[in-house]
Amino acid sequence: MTNPNALLHRRDVVNELLRDRADLLVIAGLGAPNWDVSAAGDHPNNFPLWGAMGAAAMIGFGLALAQPKRKVLVITGDGEMLMNIGSLASIAVEAPKNLTIAVLDNERFGETGMQKTPTASGVDLAAIATACGIRTSRIVRTMAEVTELRDFAHEGRGTVFAQIKINPEALVFVMPPADGVILTTRFRQSVLGDEALFN
Amino acid sequence: MAEAAKSRSEAPAALPTWPDEIYHVLKDAGIRQVAMVPDAGHSRLIRSFEADPETRVVTLTTEEEGVAMLAGAWLGGERGVLLLQSSGVGNCINMLSLPVICHMPLLMIVTMRGDWGEFNPWQIPMGQGTRPSLEAMGVIVNKVDEPDLVASTVQGAAHLAFNTWKPVAVLLGQRVLGAKNFKELARK
Repeated sequence: MTNPNALLHRRDVVNELLRDRADLLVIAGLGAPNWDVSAAGDHPNNFPLWGAMGAAAMIGFGLALAQPKRKVLVITGDGEMLMNIGSLASIAVEAPKNLTIAVLDNERFGETGMQKTPTASGVDLAAIATACGIRTSRIVRTMAEVTELRDFAHEGRGTVFAQIKINPEALVFVMPPADGVILTTRFRQSVLGDEALFN
Repeated sequence: MAEAAKSRSEAPAALPTWPDEIYHVLKDAGIRQVAMVPDAGHSRLIRSFEADPETRVVTLTTEEEGVAMLAGAWLGGERGVLLLQSSGVGNCINMLSLPVICHMPLLMIVTMRGDWGEFNPWQIPMGQGTRPSLEAMGVIVNKVDEPDLVASTVQGAAHLAFNTWKPVAVLLGQRVLGAKNFKELARK
């Protein structure tokens, strides 16, 4: 019997969000979300961050505005989201339909020794997103809800925000290329075609 | 005599043309996304972009959001500009790692405070720190203090940013913007 109250495993969550990813564009926040997205499979349509903490949601937002016909999924952590929590206000005003922000919330700063983040004391990111005006905003605790979130992201039913409660487990690092020029160029070439190499 | 002096001082001054020139230069450069924290010096340019159905104007809660947003725009094939005051440059420092390490263009147009004619001492630290902070992060900085040179400076900065994938900041000095004096306003 599986325990219905057990916390979700982060790589199960990310594997499900990226199932049959087709031409989904993915921004991964620094730290464990980067390793999780890379563990699901390195892909030119991934832009995994190795720094610039607090950037993930806004990169996804600028990308979603630039590519309104593509679906953009941001996968990041609770600490990374909290660093620029105001970006939810900026995003909610424009509310692009093709943007989903999935926060993997282990209530910890995982890369620095598992210190507690404010979500461990009850700070409710989904409520913050709702208060900013992101109408589809929720806390996710089950794989069935993860599957629904995956479908929202792939269908562009946004703007969608989800705070996914996950187990604070430390897993093996699975790393994508670290060179920002490679990550940028291959992403642009994949999205924009070979023309991107010439301008 | 006093009346004549008063009416002279209340006559509307000729509007500077450089905000409209910046608008046209940025349109020619293909700017589609405008990310900004407003500043009085940018107000006319912001109104021009807000009236333009081809550009999206996004108000940020802090300027570093704009650095990340315009990185996303570039990944998706659109060009943008970040409009900010010099105090907002300080909010961007770590986020500038992103365009620097990824060789992405970033065009910033910075209205200066804490510069020529400043009246507010609290503006001095970041105003004087603006250029060294940007240069420390690898941003190319062009300052302009002559209204007639604003358009060509922005045009050159846009070419530099988008053709060589560099972060470039244009600093519009208070000689261009005109220095406010709140103490005078308070006396009125």
